[in-house]
Amino acid sequence: MARLSAGIGTSHVPAIGAALDNGRSQEPYWKPIFAGYEYSRHWIAQEKPDVVFLVYNDHATTFSLDFIPTFAIGCADAFQPADEGWGARPVPVVEGHAEMAGHITQSLILDDFDLTIVNKLDVDHGLTVPLSLMFGQPAAWPCRVIPFAVNVVQYPPPSGARCFALGRAIRKAIDSFDADLNVQIWGTGGMSHQIQGPRAGFINREFDQAFLDQLVHDPAALARKPHIDYIRNAGAEGIELVMWLIMRGALDPEVDELHRFYHVPASNTAVGHLILKNRSPS
Amino acid sequence: MKSPPAYADIPGTTIFDAEMARKGYHLNQFCMSLMKAENRQAFLADQRAYLDKWKMTEAQKQAALARDYNAMISLGGNIYFLAKIFATDGKSFQYAAALMTGMSQEDYLQMMIGGGRTPKGNLYKGEPDRG
Repeated sequence: MARLSAGIGTSHVPAIGAALDNGRSQEPYWKPIFAGYEYSRHWIAQEKPDVVFLVYNDHATTFSLDFIPTFAIGCADAFQPADEGWGARPVPVVEGHAEMAGHITQSLILDDFDLTIVNKLDVDHGLTVPLSLMFGQPAAWPCRVIPFAVNVVQYPPPSGARCFALGRAIRKAIDSFDADLNVQIWGTGGMSHQIQGPRAGFINREFDQAFLDQLVHDPAALARKPHIDYIRNAGAEGIELVMWLIMRGALDPEVDELHRFYHVPASNTAVGHLILKNRSPS
Repeated sequence: MKSPPAYADIPGTTIFDAEMARKGYHLNQFCMSLMKAENRQAFLADQRAYLDKWKMTEAQKQAALARDYNAMISLGGNIYFLAKIFATDGKSFQYAAALMTGMSQEDYLQMMIGGGRTPKGNLYKGEPDRG
């Protein structure tokens, strides 16, 4: 059976991707950020996940205002890096796992999570920047990826409680997939940031630290945090953090925190990163 | 009467909810068209003519021509859509963010390096000690 071995939380700031793509990762501004993922790159090279279930949000790239699915799962064999207006990132095509994605979709829908199934999906920085941070600049990504897009563009995103419950259902679906695969789940976005209006540049270090602590140790309580708390205290776009609860919900109740990194700023945003290892045998 | 949403008292912040999405639909879909290179060229070649192809209000068109992002947001623009405009202009998110705060690029950059805009004075409208 497939086994979920670990969860990763990470910001997906587009400027980080641009810094890497343009050969600027060793500049003083960017160097500490890439250094914060050095442990992670070594760790994941040992772990060798076969599949990453990657929770992210589309930033008005594939989904315009024509269709705004709250939860959308990518079931295709491959996903192209999107042109977000600056030209597509020079990163490898993302290979999916159509069979496993199909299994998870069926399992989730029958568990009352009414997903939108997407077979054509260009993936933006929300998905490719985390891959770059964890894997660097390989010629091909070393694992398959199941993209899972969450609406955080038009208010309201799904509640923290819904995200956490969804994570649990994803775990059940992964556990019941009949293939010998090492699977990870990643939750991306955040941390505190606001990129619009006169309050742009808003950062709340205390909120972010408390979020990370609670995500590790008391996620069920964190899942009850109302949206207004994120918007007010983590910035309008900080609400992306609800996606980390999907990742946490899929993991064991008790996990080992292998790595944590926090840094301000990357462009307009606080960067947060966690690696959580399941304790159940894997 | 509808009571204002809980987030109405957050300073300097517009939440892109159903009401704003309704107001900004055509503005945002115009922005989305800029995802294609040929549309970016057409827009830059004759901005007014390009905008006139969309069912946007005159105020939305004027705000787009002026690159007044705060005005576009107040007229229903969403920042992820508006990003297509500043991308077309070859500008970054940090450029646009600085512009919306009324700060110079350099001052904004330094504020971020210093840890960003602090929560103190920036959580509720009418709080003292902003910034």
